[in-house]
Amino acid sequence: MKARHQRLLLIAAALVALGLIAFFVFSALNANMAFFYSPADVKAGKAPQNKLFRIGGLVEAGSLTWQADGVTVSFVVTDMLERVPVHYKGILPDLFSEGKGVVAQGHLNDDGVFVAQEVLAKHDENYMPPEAAQALQKAHEEGVTRGQRAEDGGQ
Amino acid sequence: MTQFTHLYKFAAPAAFYPLAGRLVPWFWGLTALFGGIGLWLGLAVAPTDFQQGEGYRIIFVHVGASWMSMFIYVVMAFWAAIGLAFNTRLSGMMTAALAPTGALFTFLSLWTGALWGKPMWGAWWVWDARLTSELILLFLYIGFIALTRAIDDPRRADRAGAVLALVGVVNIPIIYFSVKWWSTLHQGASVSLAKSPSMATIMLWGMLFCALAMWMYAIAVSLIRVRGIILERERHTDWVKALLLKPEKS
Repeated sequence: MKARHQRLLLIAAALVALGLIAFFVFSALNANMAFFYSPADVKAGKAPQNKLFRIGGLVEAGSLTWQADGVTVSFVVTDMLERVPVHYKGILPDLFSEGKGVVAQGHLNDDGVFVAQEVLAKHDENYMPPEAAQALQKAHEEGVTRGQRAEDGGQ
Repeated sequence: MTQFTHLYKFAAPAAFYPLAGRLVPWFWGLTALFGGIGLWLGLAVAPTDFQQGEGYRIIFVHVGASWMSMFIYVVMAFWAAIGLAFNTRLSGMMTAALAPTGALFTFLSLWTGALWGKPMWGAWWVWDARLTSELILLFLYIGFIALTRAIDDPRRADRAGAVLALVGVVNIPIIYFSVKWWSTLHQGASVSLAKSPSMATIMLWGMLFCALAMWMYAIAVSLIRVRGIILERERHTDWVKALLLKPEKS
């Protein structure tokens, strides 16, 4: 084997070793790599107690209520498994709305309500013109009603 | 085999210098062409987004810059490995020539991301896995530049830089897959090999042309930079002296 081939092999081996090290380090750190906890994590007691943490999920449709002062809001964060009520006083980002992603930082109070200090909107990776979004929405609703009709017919 | 030996001769700096000089104008031309098409599609033709309105248009800079920031590092690591294994002179020069452009695109990615994050997420910066690993990439580029500049002997500087570039390449898959492996505020990829793009077609074309323009720009400036590095390092050789005494058009 020529010297340069030996060096090439050595470099490849070093890279593989480095990749393995990184893999194990990040596997060990896995819990700390998460930017937020899901409502299911929170209910399962995985979120830190008496400490600030972030909770992320969808703003449950129909759960958003405004207090009379106009800056205090309550809503429910859900991951379709569990629900956590959130209380927040402050300015919401423009993209914040029911049915959309949200990440809130704060702590759980004794009543199980998440008191948020900061609320961020988490949007998805879909980009399309409004007409396409409406068409999709309509198709989805029709699909849902058709599905229900099929279910009703089956009964 | 004959093609290979033909390509091999350009590994010599004296042969690569004029070749790079001839290629540069073509890549500038492609940059202008693709950039023009991309910006026209992105700013004039593409529709507004259903969620983000006009604000999403920063994607036409942000995504291309982010792709290039990662891709240039992979190319650097490739040249670093070649240089370490085969002791070729040109490899180290290539790595050194690519680093400033990579750093520029990484900065651009972080900066446009901040400008985008504030109106959409509500924060300029968050310490999630995607943003943090991209920031580490910027530090890797700056670290590479600082390390190679701090060593006077260019061959030793190349070797030290090559080791750093190779070690740092482990960060690239972490950046790319961070949005998959961990919960992040940053959304997942709109364009990937695993699924069809989750973007309207015209938006996608605008983004791809802008990214292509950045790619061509990166090649053009890196070739110019590598020409400078070749002249500097080979200044004592006969061919550079001959070139300087009798300036040609190349």
